[in-house]
Amino acid sequence: MNKRSFLERFAAVPHTVWAVLFILAPLLFVVYFAFTDTYGNFTFDNITMLSSYTHIFVLSICFALIATAICLIIGYPLAYIISQLSPRRQKLLVVFLMLPMWISLLIRTYSLMAILDNGGLLNSLLVSLGLDKIKIVGTSGAVILGMVYDFLPYMVLPIYTSMSKLDKRYYEAAADLGCNSLKTLFRVTLPLSLPGVISGITMVFVPSISTFYISQKLGGGSFDLIGDTIERQFKNVSTYNIGAAISLVMMILILISVAVMNRFSDEDEGGMIV
Amino acid sequence: MEKNKLIELKGICKEFDGEQILKSIDLDIHDKEFVTLLGPSGCGKTTTLRIISGFVSPDSGDVIFDGKKINDVPPYKRLVNTVFQKYALFPHLNVYENIAFGLRVKKIPDAEIRTRVKEMLALVNLRGFERKNVNVLSGGQQQRVAIARALINEPKVLLLDEPLGALDLKLRKDMQNELKNIQAKTGITFIYVTHDQEEALSMSDTVVVMADGKIQQIGTPTDIYNEPINAFVADFIGESNILDGVMISDYKAKFAGHTFECLDKGFAPMEKVDIVVRPEDVDVVAPEKGMLQGVVTGVTFKGVHWEIIVDIQGFKWMIQTTDYSAPDTTIGLYIEPDAIHVMKKSEYSNMFGDYSSFSDEFDELSDVESVEDEEEAKEE
Repeated sequence: MNKRSFLERFAAVPHTVWAVLFILAPLLFVVYFAFTDTYGNFTFDNITMLSSYTHIFVLSICFALIATAICLIIGYPLAYIISQLSPRRQKLLVVFLMLPMWISLLIRTYSLMAILDNGGLLNSLLVSLGLDKIKIVGTSGAVILGMVYDFLPYMVLPIYTSMSKLDKRYYEAAADLGCNSLKTLFRVTLPLSLPGVISGITMVFVPSISTFYISQKLGGGSFDLIGDTIERQFKNVSTYNIGAAISLVMMILILISVAVMNRFSDEDEGGMIV
Repeated sequence: MEKNKLIELKGICKEFDGEQILKSIDLDIHDKEFVTLLGPSGCGKTTTLRIISGFVSPDSGDVIFDGKKINDVPPYKRLVNTVFQKYALFPHLNVYENIAFGLRVKKIPDAEIRTRVKEMLALVNLRGFERKNVNVLSGGQQQRVAIARALINEPKVLLLDEPLGALDLKLRKDMQNELKNIQAKTGITFIYVTHDQEEALSMSDTVVVMADGKIQQIGTPTDIYNEPINAFVADFIGESNILDGVMISDYKAKFAGHTFECLDKGFAPMEKVDIVVRPEDVDVVAPEKGMLQGVVTGVTFKGVHWEIIVDIQGFKWMIQTTDYSAPDTTIGLYIEPDAIHVMKKSEYSNMFGDYSSFSDEFDELSDVESVEDEEEAKEE
């Protein structure tokens, strides 16, 4: 063994310790709790009990899917428009896009609540205009709006990145072969930016399906999503095990969806996540 | 034979970032012609091509296609197709779909697409490559796909932007022949951009030599080689000894301290001129029999011939001969009248022609690629 490889091993130590302590150990705990009862005896009860949570899983998946779809519908054209601008404007707009991400998710959600609440900014404005108040907070629309608002940048950025990396010659080749700008978009830009779309979908879907804060604040307590359920189980020592079981199932769900998504993207561009 | 003009460029000017890239280009391109735009990097040849394809619009001047002005016609509506410098094959499509692309856009029925792609694959010698991924093809194969993808649209004109630049020498020679054959078979007008003079001479019907945003000379390869119009063309095309001279009278030129008989006339008496003598046109003889005498300063073996550098009154001549002369010996040079070409003085006089800094010239050549990239970067 030469000196350098020793140094390399040594340099990897902090990372290994970190990974074991904060990634591997918690995962093992989750698995352990999921398959034991409160006394530490092995059991499958937690898993079998999950059938009573089916509606929560279905609701969470629906919300996450809808939010992801809306993000894609808004995000793709936005990314396309940005990528067509001059390099200086592109930089500026990307900074604007990332600006909200510098602020904590909690604060962002709170401020959204302050705007949409019954006595919030929007409704005060409506009242002062002589219109009726609209109830937004507490509806499913508000939860989805919150998800879209919080996670939209995660959709736009990977799509924008894959578009801005595209060689301009592909556009020229398409124009040369008879494509106007719309045909170029569908025949060249769209298929070539697919890896960005895949990672965008993954990066919005995963946090959307596991969020609990957004549904609590903007759902006004009327929507119980997986994230909320897990949080509730872990607040009580006696339900740790069921919480762990739900977490485990959700983890597997996410892994499956990520694996499915990655099958769509080519092996050479695995996307930004995973 | 009177051929009809297919493309006319009239007074084309183009500026990028305050730099005049094209200074009033006038050029006629005839039907079924193989035209090469030849020049060093930065001469404006690629810009000229992009003006024809429609990716660059001229600041002033007219682009006329088949008698109609097409300045404002977007690229996708023009009856020309391009083979791009780095091919720009679509990485998400296989060979078949890349070639079929133009027809799919035009909504041609599947059955017709199938037969036409098959014809194209046969034309470019890629039978059986239909399902291959374009990213795993060799440079030469990608090149063929790019040609097929352009030709399947049956363009009036095929534009080729240094298409062989990325290939190695052997492959380049093969592709030169193949391109020439394809052009003969299809009867499509080819406009070919290159900085490689040998490529230009061996492939073209007409060579357009460009420098500094201007057309220097238009002519057949033999015209361009044998009758260069100025020192730039003489230097750029092949090897040349370019000397200061004086036309004493018709058929009599004085240079290198000796009066030679030549075949040129029509100059004013005692007019100062540039004289070109090609290295292969000089005969090496015994010193006392030579019209000129000089000392050999360098000899290089080139396979077919020796390349000899001879110092004659401080001017270094290059001579290509099959006879070896040892360095530091004195030799005589004999020049036939038809080996002497007389040119009018131009802005390029005295910039070229001496072989005392021969090695520098090679350095310059090896930089071509990088300079080329800068030029493109500027355009974008």
